[in-house]
Order: sequence, then C-alpha cells, then structure tokens
Amino acid sequence: MPEIALRAGALEKRFGGLRAVSEVSLDVRIGEIHAVIGPNGAGKSTLINLLSGDLPVTSGTITIGDHDVTRLGPDRRGLAGVGRSYQKTTIFPQSTVFENVRLAAQARSQKPLRMFTHALADDSVNLHARGALQKVGLEHRADAVAGFMSHGEQRQLEIAMVLATDPVIILLDEPLAGMGQSEALGVIQVIRSLKDGRAVLLVEHDMDAVFALADRLTVMADGRVIGSGAPEEVRNDPAVRAAYLGHGDH
Amino acid sequence: MDFLTFAVQLLNGVQYGLVLFLVASGLTLVFGILGVINLAHGAFYMLGAYVAYWITSYTGSFWLALLGGVAIAFVVGLLLENVFIRRMYGRDHLAQVLLSFGFILVIDEVRQILFGKDVHSVATPDFLRGSIPLTDVLSYPVYRLAVSLFCLAIAAAIFFVIRYTRIGMIVRAGAENREMTRALGIRFDAVNRYVFAVGIVLAALGGIVIAPISTVYPGMGDSMLILSFVVVVLGGIGSVAGAAIGALLIGLADTFGKVFFPTFSSITVYLLMALVLLWRPNGILGKREV
Amino acid sequence: MANPMKQKVLPLLLVALAAALPFLAPTYYVQFSTRVFLLGLLAMSLNLVVGFGGLVSMCHAAFFGLAGYALALASPQSGPASLWLTLPLAVGVAALAALAIGGLSLRTRGIYFIMVTLAFGEMLFFLFHDTQIAGGSDGAYIYFKPEVAIAGVPLIDLENPRTFYWVALGLLVVFVMLLKALTNSAFGHALVAARNNERRARSLGFPIFRIRLTAFVISGALAGIAGYFAAAQYGFVAPQLLGWHLSATILVMVVLGGMRTVTGPLIGAVVLLGLEEVLKALTEHWKLIEGLIVIAIVLVLPGGVQDLADRVFGSATRRVDEPRSRPEKPAVPPGEPAAATREVEHA
Repeated sequence: MPEIALRAGALEKRFGGLRAVSEVSLDVRIGEIHAVIGPNGAGKSTLINLLSGDLPVTSGTITIGDHDVTRLGPDRRGLAGVGRSYQKTTIFPQSTVFENVRLAAQARSQKPLRMFTHALADDSVNLHARGALQKVGLEHRADAVAGFMSHGEQRQLEIAMVLATDPVIILLDEPLAGMGQSEALGVIQVIRSLKDGRAVLLVEHDMDAVFALADRLTVMADGRVIGSGAPEEVRNDPAVRAAYLGHGDH
Repeated sequence: MDFLTFAVQLLNGVQYGLVLFLVASGLTLVFGILGVINLAHGAFYMLGAYVAYWITSYTGSFWLALLGGVAIAFVVGLLLENVFIRRMYGRDHLAQVLLSFGFILVIDEVRQILFGKDVHSVATPDFLRGSIPLTDVLSYPVYRLAVSLFCLAIAAAIFFVIRYTRIGMIVRAGAENREMTRALGIRFDAVNRYVFAVGIVLAALGGIVIAPISTVYPGMGDSMLILSFVVVVLGGIGSVAGAAIGALLIGLADTFGKVFFPTFSSITVYLLMALVLLWRPNGILGKREV
Repeated sequence: MANPMKQKVLPLLLVALAAALPFLAPTYYVQFSTRVFLLGLLAMSLNLVVGFGGLVSMCHAAFFGLAGYALALASPQSGPASLWLTLPLAVGVAALAALAIGGLSLRTRGIYFIMVTLAFGEMLFFLFHDTQIAGGSDGAYIYFKPEVAIAGVPLIDLENPRTFYWVALGLLVVFVMLLKALTNSAFGHALVAARNNERRARSLGFPIFRIRLTAFVISGALAGIAGYFAAAQYGFVAPQLLGWHLSATILVMVVLGGMRTVTGPLIGAVVLLGLEEVLKALTEHWKLIEGLIVIAIVLVLPGGVQDLADRVFGSATRRVDEPRSRPEKPAVPPGEPAAATREVEHA
C-alpha cells in the first residue's frame, strides 16, 4: 500500500460567521492523483489554500508523512515538501523561463540564501533546473521572458517550478482553466507524469480531464465532503448527483 | 494633577485630536478612494494657515479667511488633480511619493517667496473670543470649543455625504467594485477631481482653524503630515472611522505626553504607533487577514 | 552581447580618472566630489531595499544620521577619536536601529510600510531634536576628524581633503563590489524574487521576512558607514541629517539614476547634486526648480536617466542584462476597470 504523503483531518475554516470548509478529511498517496471537484462555492479553493498554508486553519490537522505542518506558513510548508500551482498563474514574469525554475531549485538547495558567490555558478542547481524544464518540455524556451509566453506555456512553467522543488505532494489549483483543447491535452500529459513517485491533489472543473486523470475522487459541496472514492463509484453516488449536478454545473 | 487641570488637558487633547482627524480624513479619503499617497498633504495644511494669516491681515476678517481659504484650496485641488494627479492613478507608490515630494519642494519655496520664513499669528475672530468659565478660577477658551464643534460638524457632514447622498454612493460603489460601477455608466473623472479637491480642502481647513490657536510657522506642515500618517496607519487606510479613533488616540497621547514627558512627547506618539502595529499590522480597523 | 572589454575597462578608466581628480581640480571640487560619493553610497545602500527589494523605505536618512551622531558623541572635544573604535560603534548603532525599525516595519506592506518607516525616521529625528542628547536642534560639532593610527603611528590623515577624497573613492569601489556580489548571489536573487512575486517566492520556500530584514539591516549598516564619513567630513551633525526630506532626496537619486542596477543611484547622486550646484548658482529659489524637475521626472522620465539615455542614444547604452525600464502602464483613473495593480499585497 503506497504511503500517504498528505493527510488532512477534520479541517475547518471559518471567516467570521461563514463556514467555508467544514469537517473535511482526506488523504493523498504517493503514486496517485486525487481529484477534488464540486460546484462553485464548494470550498475547493479554500481547501487548497489551507493545504498549502496560504490560509491558516481554524481547526483540524494537516500532516505530511508523519510531520504535523498545520501551524506552518507557506514557506516552511514548501520546505516540508508541498508544491502548488495557483489558479492565477503565479510565476516571475520579468525573469526568463530558466531563471524561474532556477529560483525554485535554489530554494531547495543546501544553501538557498548564500551571499557572496554568484547564484548562477551553482552547477547542481542549474542541472536540477534544466531537468525540471525537460520534464515539462520547455527546455527550448529557457531564454524566453516568462511574462511574454502564452498562457499554456506559463502554466507548464509553473509546473516545472513546482517540480524543481522536489515536492512530495503537489497541489494543482485548476491548472486547465482558460485553456484551449490542444493546450489542455499537453498539460494533461504532464500532470499524469507528475504522479510518478509523488502524490498529486488536483482541483479542477474540466470533467473530461478529471475522469481521465483521477485515481480517486472527492466531491465537495457547501464546504463539506459529500462523497469520496473511486471515480466511477462517486460518479454514480446518488447523493453526489443530487448535490453536485443539481447545481447545474458542467 | 488635579481634576480640573486634567479636564482642561482632556478638552485640549480632544480638540487637537479633532483637528488631526479633519486633516487625516482628507489623507485617508484620497488614499482610500483614489489610491494616491500624497506627501504634500501637510504642505496644504501649512498653506491654509498662511493664507488665513494673509487674508486676515489684509481684511481683518477671519470669516473671509475661512471662506477664501476653502475656495482657494478647492480650486487648487481641482487644478492639481486635472494636471498631475490623474496621471498617477495606477502608478506605483514610489512614483506618487516622489511626485508629492516635488510638490512639497515647490510649495515650500512658494511660501518662502510670498511670506518668507516668518512666524505669524492670527487673531481669534471677535465673535469667538473669550473663555467660558468652568470654575471660579479656571476657564476654557471659546474658540477651542468652537473648533472642536466645527470639526465634529465636518465629520458628520462627511459621514452624511458618504452614507446618504448620490455622490457618496458613487464613491462607495467605486471603492468597492469599480468595473461594475463603470459599466453602469457612472463617470468617474469628475468624482475623482472632487474627491481630491475635498481632500486638499480638509487639509487647508485644518490649517485655517488652527491658526488662531497655534502659531503659523514654516515647519508646521511637516509635523502635521507625519502625525496624519500615524493616524491613518493606526486607524487603517480608507477607514474614516478608523481615522477618528486614531486621531483621538494620538491627540490625547500627544497632549498628555507633553504634560508628563515634555521632552519625549513626540516620541510617545511614535511609540504608540509601534505598539499598535505589533498588535495589528494593518491598523486598528484595517484588514485583518494578511 | 555586452562587450566584456567595455564591462571591465570602462569602470577601471572611470576610477583612474576619479583618482586623478585631486591633482586636476581645486579643493572645493575635491570636497564637493567627496560629498557626492558619500551621498552616492547612501543612495546605493537604499537601493538594495528599494530597487532590489521593492520596498519603499522613507527612513534611511535616520541610519545615515545616527552613525554621524554616534561619531559626534564618541568624539572628545580635545582630540580626535580613533576610527577603529568609532566606526564599528557607529555602524553597529545604525545596524541595530535598522534591525529594530525593520523588524517592526516589515510586518506591514505596501503603503503602510512607507508610512511606518516615515514615522520611525521622524521619531529618531525628534529624539535628537527635542532632547539635549547632542545639542538638540542646534546640533553638535566634531572638532577633529577621526584618527586612523596603529600604536600611535598615523596611517591616514583624514584632515587632508585629498586623502579624505581618496578614502571616499576607495569606499565607493568597495561598496560597489560588495553590492554587486550581494545582488548576484543566491540571496540577491531571492530578494528580487520576493519583489517580483512575493506569493510565489514564499510558496517555493523562501523565508521572505528574514530575507527582507537581512537586506534592510545590511542596507542600514552601509548607510551608517556613509553617515559616519559624511559627519566626519562636515565636522558637524544636526537633526536634519536624520530627517525625511533627506530620505526623500535620496529616493529621488535612486529613481533618477536607475533602480535596477547597483551603480544607478550613484549616477543619480552625481546628476542631482550637480544639478543643485548649478541651480544654486542661478537663483536662491533653486528648490522650486528642483521640485519642478522632480515632478517632471516622475511624469515624463519614470526610468530616470536610463530612460533619457535610451531615448537619446537608442539601445547602445542599455546593458543586455537589464530589462528596458518597464513601460509604465497608462494611468488608470479610479473607477476605470482596474487593469493595473498598485498594491504588492495579495489577498
């Protein structure tokens, strides 16, 4: 049984009186893609923010391996093995593609904040960065300025950056949003390859992609989990159909 | 300190706080609604005081100075917005800081040319001279009470306009959701112009009303500027209510600070700010979640 | 590709020329140049935080002035103080102040950061202005330049304006090399990453607060070195050395000369101070003209002299590793669909 990379227990997030996430527990194993779906307002974005540390939990626990990371901010959680992509592509637009990934590799290197030797002189970091670029197929664009690339390429870059940090769990927040058919196919391939040796949590609206990729599925509505398990089971669960499809979503 | 002296200092602190609020509300409105940081805000406060001095010394009438000062400030505000400020919307803070610093250099020198480096005083208007007796021996100046009441009236007016008038509604809507308001066909250029002009007027008003109480001197703009910033930081940017709380806190801290630690009074204010920021990095009424 | 000859030879040539100045120009200009160098140092140190860090600090004059005051307070009236003792003291004081102020201010963002640093700078101004720690508003004299000696044998005579000039030039060279090494290092890249996209930098695992605070303290210490020698040069310290007008003036130098490079602010200092000299000779109301120039720069040349050079000379003057000064997005009036983002802060 592959080990559990990320475990969330009874997560709760309140904003004033509003319960954005309530009693949510789930886990993600190495080698699997665990997709989280649900209508708008279900709490998926909040959930991902809680898991990455961008939002503090109101109550509940989050563990990576056997390391309790609940109280850690996004930077320390990142160091603990979490990598995430954002709904709105979050990269360094002024820098080149290579520099973007190099920075990611630098963050996880032995001495991420060394002060007097030239950053570009670190061969192991450079090698690592090139490797990550190769995995997503962007090495031919290494010298392009990130901000001028197409939306799809920027998404690929973001995934490369996440890879360069050697995460144990990757959180993908609607990676296919705003993508055309052919672009999406490419990204789907990349996402599928991510699960090799890692755990992947995918929040997505594109149902074709979800059913093509997911090993397990969790459905949320109104901040709660209303179904979880193998995709086909969940798809046919009456409670899920009622709550989810009843919202009139695609 | 006996109760009566305490009462007098309390009244002074409140009055000072109210004038601070008057000036700071202009700053927080301009920043909250227009998104522009204006370092020259203090310079307009100073100009207001000098213009009040100038008009009173020529006409002998404080009321003319009040009306004239407001009118001049309003027109200047409209002009500045039209020529300079509207080019600063959406630009980074550094650019805004430098632009307003340029304004300060120009305003300071203009004041120098017109009025020199002299310190002046402005006479209290006849109508408001004298003091109200509090006890057999202690009395409180009528003018100071009038200033406090005036500031309260302005505060109420701001509140009223923002809450209950059409223009206030547009301003609030614009601050909350610009795209939607724009889609509804509301023209913002004029509103922006007026908001900025009102901001300048509020600063100048502060200078005008304070003139009979304290002296009119070249450096008065600087100290007021920093204090207004402290008030806005304490209260949370864009929050007029926050500015009110912050201003009263600072007004009282400064006044009592001067009584108990005369040398360190200025420092007390900044210390207060440091402590508040440790507790709430976005100000007392600012956004909570960072 | 930037000509490596140009990169190595040009700076050496400039330094050699500068070193020759005392033999070519009268003492007034030598002293003026010293002053320009020291303010250039201050501007370059500020730029670590503003240009590379993306944080608009309005209190750097305070670190500059504090170091000067430390020297004044440590200098006996009867003879020179030892540089070996007073320089570390002054720099230490400045660095400590930067640690305290940075530690508190860096908890805030964007506009709050500007206002908070402004207020803290003023706090230090009032500390020296209102109290009698060092003469209050009148300031204090430093009667003798610090002594640089080992076992009573003088090594460098700072009383000699030429020697002082060479010391300042030497400091300049060292500062530039130091700052270049720092900004090219892993630390420097991380600092810039935090400026470019704080959320992503944090998500990658960089400790943002620690990085910024470190930059702030280093910057404060360097400002302190500049302040120490500036005070030694003037022989006098006054609260204005800590005031926010000076802080704003250095900010002008930074923008004027170019924020994205290490030496940009030095150029800004040369241009601004040179301009001031010319204006002062023309009219007693030179501040008015300076104010108008600052306004013009903000409106017309947001990239400073780099922008001007670009327009006049084309891309020949731009170094290949520098992106063209980001074209400012057209100003979006409030109420227009907001395409521009003003705030660095993320929800």
